[in-house]
Amino acid sequence: MSTTASTAAEAGASDRAGASRRSGTFYRGDPGMWSWVAHRVTGVLTFFFLFVHVLDTALVRVSPNAYDEVIETYKTPFVNLLEVGLVGAVLYHALNGLRVILVDFWEKGPQYQRPMLWTTLGIWVLVMIPGTYFMLARTVSEMFGGGH
Amino acid sequence: MSESLTLDKPRSPRRPAARRNNFELYSWAFMRISGLALVILVLGHLFIMNILDGGVHRINFAFVAGRWASPFWQFWDLAMLWLAQLHGGNGLRTIIDDYARKDTTRFWLKMLLYASMAVILVLGTLVIFTFDPNITA
Repeated sequence: MSTTASTAAEAGASDRAGASRRSGTFYRGDPGMWSWVAHRVTGVLTFFFLFVHVLDTALVRVSPNAYDEVIETYKTPFVNLLEVGLVGAVLYHALNGLRVILVDFWEKGPQYQRPMLWTTLGIWVLVMIPGTYFMLARTVSEMFGGGH
Repeated sequence: MSESLTLDKPRSPRRPAARRNNFELYSWAFMRISGLALVILVLGHLFIMNILDGGVHRINFAFVAGRWASPFWQFWDLAMLWLAQLHGGNGLRTIIDDYARKDTTRFWLKMLLYASMAVILVLGTLVIFTFDPNITA
């Protein structure tokens, strides 16, 4: 699966190199362009996670023990941190996706695309602060001597 | 896509039709409709599984069995599986079209993509419909 991502990344890198070689200029982008880049990156990462996640959930058809064992890895500190990253990626993709829909269908969407991007990022921060706390609270308290 | 942007012979009577069918239009619309549904389905799933009431620490076989005892959550998970896989697969299809340099690369990456989508959709659907809470370890 990772071949797709690496091919895309390499193609992107060589495009940039080629563009700067040919003309000596390189479009450094607008926040709107970076929102599009981030939308692609978060989408691809989520798709790869979904592949793994359906396979691990399928272990419920093998045995309760096999499923419980693999789910235990989701509760380890490192993977728990990756879950925060996953939630952050999916939340960005969802909020920016709604922004894309508004740009496409709302008559004033294109006019307000930039303030909508800042709104999107503001909502993202507001949700991620308590979200990160609730996702990591137990893991952190267990790491630093607390217990349940 | 790229052929519709080709302007080298704009007045040529034999210029290929810019659009052979409406597949790209339908896939564009599908991304927006499925995206709206997935905002609810996926963010709800992530909130329940990762944030609410202890999050991931309370998940185990019994927790899954309790949820899939309800047709509501079975349908939720089935809809999420199909919409997410088709939405993500269509997104990756677009990305492969954008970045693959050679037609053979493009072809084989898409075959890999479609094969993985088929495996995940069939496996995930079977798991939801054949789940047995009393399976023996």
